[in-house]
Amino acid sequence: MAISRARAKQLFSRSISSVASNPLHVCVVGSGPAGFYTAEKMLKKHQGAEVDIVDRLPTPYGLVRSGVAPDHPETKIVTNQFSRVAQNERCSFIGNVSLGSSVSLTELREMYHVVVLAYGAESDRALGIPGEDLAGIHSAREFVWWYNGHPDCRYWSPDLKSTDTAVILGQGNVALDVARILLRPAAELATTDIASHALAALEESSIRKVYLVGRRGPVQAACTAKELREVLGIKDLHINIQEADLVKTPADEEELKNNRIHRRVYELLSKAAMSGPSHCYTGQRELHFVFFRNPDRFLDSDDRSGHVAGVRFEKTILKESAGSGKQVAVGTGQFEDFESRLVLKSIGYKSVPVDGLPFDANKGIVPNIGGRVLINSSGDHSQIEGVYVCGWLKRGPTGIIATNLYCAEETIASISEDLETVLAYATSLPKPGREGLLRLLESRNVKVIPFNAWEKIDIEEKRLGSLKNKPRDKLTTWGELLKVAL
Amino acid sequence: MYITKFSRLGAHVIKGLTRGETPTPRVQYTQFLYSRPLQDLKHRFFSSTAAGNAQEGGDEDKEKISVTFVDKDGEEKQIKVPIGMSMLEAAHENDIELEGACEGSLACSTCHVIVMDMEYYNKLEDPADEENDMLDLAFGLTETSRLGCQVIAKPELDGLRLALPAATRNFAVDGYKPKPH
Ligand SMILES: Cc1cc2nc3c(=O)[nH]c(=O)nc-3n(C[C@H](O)[C@H](O)[C@H](O)COP(=O)(O)OP(=O)(O)OC[C@H]3O[C@@H](n4cnc5c(N)ncnc54)[C@H](O)[C@@H]3O)c2cc1C
Ligand SMILES: NC(=O)c1ccc[n+]([C@@H]2O[C@H](COP(=O)([O-])OP(=O)(O)OC[C@H]3O[C@@H](n4cnc5c(N)ncnc54)[C@H](OP(=O)(O)O)[C@@H]3O)[C@@H](O)[C@H]2O)c1
Ligand code: FES
Repeated sequence: MAISRARAKQLFSRSISSVASNPLHVCVVGSGPAGFYTAEKMLKKHQGAEVDIVDRLPTPYGLVRSGVAPDHPETKIVTNQFSRVAQNERCSFIGNVSLGSSVSLTELREMYHVVVLAYGAESDRALGIPGEDLAGIHSAREFVWWYNGHPDCRYWSPDLKSTDTAVILGQGNVALDVARILLRPAAELATTDIASHALAALEESSIRKVYLVGRRGPVQAACTAKELREVLGIKDLHINIQEADLVKTPADEEELKNNRIHRRVYELLSKAAMSGPSHCYTGQRELHFVFFRNPDRFLDSDDRSGHVAGVRFEKTILKESAGSGKQVAVGTGQFEDFESRLVLKSIGYKSVPVDGLPFDANKGIVPNIGGRVLINSSGDHSQIEGVYVCGWLKRGPTGIIATNLYCAEETIASISEDLETVLAYATSLPKPGREGLLRLLESRNVKVIPFNAWEKIDIEEKRLGSLKNKPRDKLTTWGELLKVAL
Repeated sequence: MYITKFSRLGAHVIKGLTRGETPTPRVQYTQFLYSRPLQDLKHRFFSSTAAGNAQEGGDEDKEKISVTFVDKDGEEKQIKVPIGMSMLEAAHENDIELEGACEGSLACSTCHVIVMDMEYYNKLEDPADEENDMLDLAFGLTETSRLGCQVIAKPELDGLRLALPAATRNFAVDGYKPKPH
């Protein structure tokens, strides 16, 4: 049942009553850091702007809720700032509205003067090697959604019981998060906001040994020092790093000289390799950093056809790629097999296109200059009027929460400039904005979740959490979320 | 240990601020004579905004230092900061636009400030590993960068000048490449 027009009006009345007669109607799609920082800067810079943030989920905050690890509560404090933005009288959060199915981009453009797309990256980069679709191979994104209680992964589950070894492909921060969740004593996770179904599975997990495999060396590892320090500090964890892998070439030295992050990561890895006992005791959990191995194919299981039994890696060496100053991995023709019935690919996220939006399938982003969406990615710089991008959809799937703040500043600067020039005429004409959107959604029977309905979810999750000594116990099915909110 | 204790206070302080319970208009702030011995961080914070006790003493200069923030456009704002208070809290009390996404928990790097004089930079204790880990990710990192939530006012820092990094100038589509440090 859709909420009635009158009810919708009442829910959003605060904002409707307080804006100028011809407000600048802005719609932000996606309520992650990019969406919220965009809204915050927009509201600040344009006093006449009315900003709606739509999200396909009933819950706001994007990857701060469904990506950031449960044992990183400090990182999630930023949601205080975001919730203040949502409570601004010129701002509305409108959850449970999906661009592409509830509403199209064309429709949003008709209803709003400015549309900013910040819907992130909800798919995965592929390796494109044989056996990639065997059972037992998952993307880190699904695994993370699962332990963070994203409603799309409630009924997805990794098999943590029929093997003691997991291979993680990639050595970025997401890979480290995944390794830490697999290896940290479950009792330590029990007091976090980890999804209860995931905690139960991790409590029974038989995974003891995790391989974190990178195609390049310790000088190029993609993780950052904070995450690395944390995984190295897990209680009772045996760390294995081959000392031979730590040998640096002059090109490596040059790279380290120019990159503080890599320098500090390399130092931590070297220290970890030198310290600590060289053997582990029986039953001890183990984390192996494996370098210079590029996945070549996945191996099918003899006893369980269609299920992965291992990964074949090609050993690599580094070569400078012409002109870029970067060293890339090149195969040596030597191979090595790793047995494992659980493989997690953590080689990067990827954005998905929506109808009517130009998309650069190669880079997995929307072609843009400074956030202005371009008609195509081939040198033609004509712009799609009134449509902008921010966050992972604009830059690709890298960067921390704060990166999106600077990214939003850049997009807002472009919008502000355009409002004075190319958009000046269009924005002088009234548009239906929020009222138009709500009317359309109602006609389609879409149940919208305003911010105060999300707050009901928030309160209920905290109440459930307090019963279990957790900061919150997340509602993890669409049904539960909508039931509590509506 | 030190970090968690401190950060909890940071979060507390900012929550208080945003609920609008402790707004400190600048005039009142500078006029207030701050003189009581500092017993604990909590007392320090609340007493600095209580605006009572003015009769207790007149040696405010001993208890507060002067700090100048230089914003992205080069505009300067001089404020008085009570000893023991972090630059993040001080900035927020004085409406200076310093971000603080994690409210002082050492988990975000958005409170990045640049100490403008090497002489002052050297008066600060070296950053802890945890601060360096976050500085790694700060935009526009320089030789004298620090996190505002970790720089605590002390008498030797009187006259400190802090610049807010002009982040947009350093922002590239492919992500920011920090300068060697
Ligand atoms: C596993 C993981 C852990 C991380 N941990 C940290 C960390 O500890 N610290 C840190 O600083 N950074 C961390 N990051 C990075 C940080 O999360 C990202 O930089 C940031 O979330 C990107 O912001 P975004 O707004 O572009 O995308 P997102 O945060 O992904 O937000 C996108 C939003 O769009 C919504 N959406 C998607 N499709 C649609 C649609 N069709 N219609 C409407 N809405 C839609 C989604 O529901 C989501 O709410 C982590 C990233 C990952 C993947
Ligand atoms: N605590 C935190 O601050 C935190 C936590 C999680 C995520 N994040 C951020 O979120 C962003 C995304 O993280 P991420 O880990 O998904 O991405 P990432 O940092 O880009 O790491 C991707 C990893 O996958 C490897 N890879 C990519 N393509 C590959 C291929 N075809 N074959 C083999 N390996 C391949 C990369 O190796 P190469 O280097 O050789 O390409 C790299 O090791 C990052 O910016 C990260 O810092 C931050
Ligand atoms: S406020 Fe987050 S690190 Fe200082």
